Amino acid sequence: MGKDDKIIKEIQEKKYEAGFTTDIEMDVFPIGLNEDVIRAISKKKEEPEFMLEFRLKAFEYWKTQKEPEWALLNYEKPNFQDISYFASPKNTPKYNSLDEVDPEIIDTFNKLGIPLNEQKALSGVAVDVVMDSVSVHTTFQKTLGDLGIIFCSISEAIREHPDLIKKYLATVVPSRDNFYSALNSAVFTDGSFAYIPKGVRCPMELSTYFRINQANTGQFERTLVIADEGSYVSYLEGCTAPQRDENQLHAAVVELIAMKNAEIKYSTVQNWYPGNKEGLGGIYNFVTKRGICKGDNSKISWTQVETGSAVTWKYPSTILKGNHSSSEFYSVAVTNNHQQADTGTKMVHVGRNTKSTIISKGISLGKSNNTYRGLVDIKKSASNARNYSQCDSLLIGSECGAHTFPYIDVDNSTAIVEHEATTSKIAEDQIFYCNQRGLDTENAVSLIVNGFAKEVLSKLPMEFATEAKKLLSLTLEGSVG
Amino acid sequence: MLQIIDLKAEINGKEILKGINLEIKPGEVHAIMGPNGSGKSTLASVLAGRDIFNVTGGKVIFKGKNLLDLLPEERSREGIFLAFQYPVEIPGVSITNFMRAALDQHRIHRGLKPMSAMEFLKYMKEKKALVEMDAKLEGRAVNEGFSGGEKKKNEVFQMAMLEPDLAILDETDSGLDIDALKVVANGVNKLKTKDNASIVITHYQRLLDFIVPDFIHILYDGRIVKTGGKELALELEKSGYDEIKLEADRLIKN
Repeated sequence: MGKDDKIIKEIQEKKYEAGFTTDIEMDVFPIGLNEDVIRAISKKKEEPEFMLEFRLKAFEYWKTQKEPEWALLNYEKPNFQDISYFASPKNTPKYNSLDEVDPEIIDTFNKLGIPLNEQKALSGVAVDVVMDSVSVHTTFQKTLGDLGIIFCSISEAIREHPDLIKKYLATVVPSRDNFYSALNSAVFTDGSFAYIPKGVRCPMELSTYFRINQANTGQFERTLVIADEGSYVSYLEGCTAPQRDENQLHAAVVELIAMKNAEIKYSTVQNWYPGNKEGLGGIYNFVTKRGICKGDNSKISWTQVETGSAVTWKYPSTILKGNHSSSEFYSVAVTNNHQQADTGTKMVHVGRNTKSTIISKGISLGKSNNTYRGLVDIKKSASNARNYSQCDSLLIGSECGAHTFPYIDVDNSTAIVEHEATTSKIAEDQIFYCNQRGLDTENAVSLIVNGFAKEVLSKLPMEFATEAKKLLSLTLEGSVG
Repeated sequence: MLQIIDLKAEINGKEILKGINLEIKPGEVHAIMGPNGSGKSTLASVLAGRDIFNVTGGKVIFKGKNLLDLLPEERSREGIFLAFQYPVEIPGVSITNFMRAALDQHRIHRGLKPMSAMEFLKYMKEKKALVEMDAKLEGRAVNEGFSGGEKKKNEVFQMAMLEPDLAILDETDSGLDIDALKVVANGVNKLKTKDNASIVITHYQRLLDFIVPDFIHILYDGRIVKTGGKELALELEKSGYDEIKLEADRLIKN
């Protein structure tokens, strides 16, 4: 066991690989939050009046709220007056081509291996990059535009498509949904917007890379994806952040709307700075992600690979409103050192013959804590609803923890709800078996973990799956590169 | 190829191997027999480098190297293969991926380039045919939900893939019906060359009808107490281990 312990220790001590900062001039608001700051954000974004009202209302509500404490998380609460609510690379003109973008930014993305380049473009991915709070570059606008697909930053959508924004923004996650959604609604600075018109199958994966770059800058992204009747879209979200000592807050809101016969696939690979091995620094990730299967036969799938953040508080959820609508949630969450994750999903069945599947894989290392919290809520109207949930936890080492809190509310006797859960450790004899075939322990652990997470990884789009596997290995392996 | 000199090993302070001496040359098949608890499986584990056992004395030389200095994975890459008595399950990891990862390591160790996907699949197909492994098995996760027979066949398949110099078969016959036993033994026989060797650990004579050893060693109470040719197995079959036990106990007392 001595050798395994050593390797496990090495893995735990592995440094965050993307830990560097970019030296670009930033345009930062003074820290603190008040009505003036909100007005300034709205003005800076050249928003129509209704958005300012929306923000101010949310802010009024937020001021009356307290931070929630029910999660199995232990962290120092952020001081909301100590955060700057707007940061964007200075003098942001509209770029026409990559050549015009600050080479430093490009360099940052290259270091991260973010393929924001022509090769990527040729391989069919439109990338809307968010560096701090302003979209720097958007590709493939035209191809998408020809199909009537709108894919742009949310700020642009607010300016250019106010009708769609008015109609859909905050309809899935109301400002008053929770403390962080209220805060986000008041101060969000950027994010992505996608609209797929009726009957259109989006020909490429829509992809956004987030990167938090400015110390002490809260990130309040807002994403809204609307798939109109009979359309299909696959949306990828991926993020890494440079190493910082202060805790950084990230409170995003993501809303998905699937109309009749529409399908949305939403995939996330998340690798934000998790803090050092003593648990210092690292990102607070308090996200509200929710989709609604609004029309009959609609479908929403969430797939997430979570390896980063110091504290994660996240439950991508689906409201199954349309009859025969379905939703899936596939998740791999890895926590190491002092990371804490309280994550899971909510499936709210409203329509008849609705179906949901939950596959959650938690992997805990070091002194970390990994919690699955899920709700399956079958409403009275949801005849013949069906849910299958499976929550598996894998423990590596002896100081980490795995917890499962599945809530099930069934209000219709025709529903069938299944829940399975397992907790396992990587056994010494499994590692020895791999060793005996010529694999070193690090390799063995990586192989076993990938095997454990396979069901979820196989749900990711091809190119993302490769990235996710690499990320998993990086998180686990002791060696750099 | 392999020299074991006065090898002693213990687990949790209890001495299991009390001075094993054994020499194995290329092309030879050695059977190790003995009653339960005599140390047969411990010997296999110690040779493969399982660290729950402490080696307290002696030396093991394998192809001129001090085997006991090597990590388990290094021993594997040097050419030692252990067919486990109880192969473990590795959920979600397909046999194909598992073997590819293992073979890559072996090839790198030998200064060869890892095989391309096409080469690998072709190689695997050949080996599969050689050991009569079911086509279905390769897509499944390593040993997950395998029957006892399938697990043992899978061990022999892996042995074929890695082409070891020294294969140690730890009670590969246990839990097998006669048909499975034949398949397994057949595979082992086909893999035999003049350059490799094997140690066949078994409790029963039955396996030795199919894998014919050059030498049989009787292990009792942590020592090899008798060595002979294949006829020794038949002798044992008739009289059991009791006589040998008595004889050995007498020797130890004196």
